[in-house]
Amino acid sequence: MNDKTNLRADLRAVAELIQPGEKVLDLGCGDGTLLRYLLDAKQITGRGVELSEEGVLTCVRKGVSVRQGDLHEGLGDYPDDSFDTVILSYTIPYLNDPAFIMKEMLRVGRRAIVSFPNWGHWRCRLSFLLTGRIPVTPGLPQPWDTSPRARPLTIRDFGEFCERHHVRITQEIYLQGAHRVPVRRDKNLRATTAIFELV
Amino acid sequence: MNTNNSVGIVATQSFTFADDAPMQLDSGETLGPITLAYETYGTLNPDRTNAILILHALSGHAHCAGYHSSDEKTLGWWDDCIGPGKAFDTNKFFVICSNVLGGCQGSTGPGSINPKTGKEYGLNFPVITVGDMVRAQARLLDHLGIAKLLAIAGGSMGGMQVLEWCARYPERVCAALPLATTARHSPMLIAFSEVGRQAIYADPNWNRGDYYDGTRPNAGLALARMIGHITYLSETSMHDKFGRRLEERERFGFDFETEFAIESYLRYKGERFTERFDANSYLYITKAMDYFDLCNGHRNLAAAFANSAKIVYLVVSFTSDWLYPTYHSKELVSALTAVGADVSYLNIKSSWGHDAFLLEVETMTGLVSNFLDRIVNEFGVK
Repeated sequence: MNDKTNLRADLRAVAELIQPGEKVLDLGCGDGTLLRYLLDAKQITGRGVELSEEGVLTCVRKGVSVRQGDLHEGLGDYPDDSFDTVILSYTIPYLNDPAFIMKEMLRVGRRAIVSFPNWGHWRCRLSFLLTGRIPVTPGLPQPWDTSPRARPLTIRDFGEFCERHHVRITQEIYLQGAHRVPVRRDKNLRATTAIFELV
Repeated sequence: MNTNNSVGIVATQSFTFADDAPMQLDSGETLGPITLAYETYGTLNPDRTNAILILHALSGHAHCAGYHSSDEKTLGWWDDCIGPGKAFDTNKFFVICSNVLGGCQGSTGPGSINPKTGKEYGLNFPVITVGDMVRAQARLLDHLGIAKLLAIAGGSMGGMQVLEWCARYPERVCAALPLATTARHSPMLIAFSEVGRQAIYADPNWNRGDYYDGTRPNAGLALARMIGHITYLSETSMHDKFGRRLEERERFGFDFETEFAIESYLRYKGERFTERFDANSYLYITKAMDYFDLCNGHRNLAAAFANSAKIVYLVVSFTSDWLYPTYHSKELVSALTAVGADVSYLNIKSSWGHDAFLLEVETMTGLVSNFLDRIVNEFGVK
């Protein structure tokens, strides 16, 4: 059994949004940590999609149901409304076509939960200003040239993206490290991680 | 003989049925009596819930693990993955493998004696399908008193039987592992089958299948096997294994003797095959594969699995397998996903071509044993 306190803060915040017994699809589920936690703590029915062979093997080792594949090609197989929740945790920076994936997530699931590291955080801004280098976020501390390539985005970018694509934000949670940041005008400066529930 | 992690010395058993009432075949014909050769390893638990059925490929047989004698050469064909502590752990599971109907390694096939004539069936043997093979296996399981299998697994034609099991007997299967396979035999696969069959037909000793009293069509069968072996490898694996190396000579001989290592390998494999395989069985089994199409009679592939959605699947393909390319497995995964089945899928990185399902032992061991651990948990096997 996973101890909840060992779960990364952003995953913990996502997990808190899941009701016991839900049917959950985790896109880009990595090593299956979140799904394993939800299987144990919330008795969910869980499915994962993961691109890397290593991730898939680890998921299977953890007893998580996982399909290897690219989200762009694989999501289409799921029937409409076949999940309560579709999770996209720390995966959106890697997507080639986030609008398409978002549309698919809301077709396949009753709701979507999206989390990502916020490049709008003041440290990122300051670091860019002072060093002239593309900032790395604490949540995703990878240099610009590592593979797979991540495209930076901010809380404001995502808000505008949702508006443009008529996606309604029903809950928003902001974290600085492990601590919650109040939902205020300065959240894009203060939050290192954002978690959204969308319908 | 290495008995470490081995099931040790085992013996093939046989089960005969359909002596009174012949078995109905997909072709409309009937067949009986039918004998299936089979082996079992491990122990069936008291509530009979730990049985795993292994299904073999085109040239396989019932002997998939352990040895038949102290001779090293009698090692089972999937011993790497079946035994104590292996992928299919015989300390936990009761593993069964039978030679397919139409085969020539203990089960009833064209080389068996037709009780009506007292002679070998030859081409009078009815054409069989993968569905018929599976129907016969179901009779064997009835005989062994196994109502429901914990898992069924097989690669290539073994994978086709796995899928046929899921479609025909979904209530008898908890988990299914179709490996390096397809839900419908492609035109390219049919083409290779046909070239193999033509090689046999072209052998004058074949004599329209009537050769059991005379010389066997070994040249034709060996050629069919050589063609098959090419399709089981990959360009990369041929480079790695043989390159342009010459056998037993330093330079080109400017003649038509076997000189490249790859030539000598194929020849050796072809010749060895004729020692254990019947040319008519090769015809019947390749035909059964060609007929295999789970879509047949359904709107689409997903519809074929409509009643099999409660089975938990692990689908595996291999990146360099050009005979059963990855997209065949992906098509299968898509169909299973569409019906809401619990399907795990991995395309294992490998340079071994189609043979990879037998050779990528380390990855397969981790993947399969972990998957089966989960199945044991979920289905509450004691």
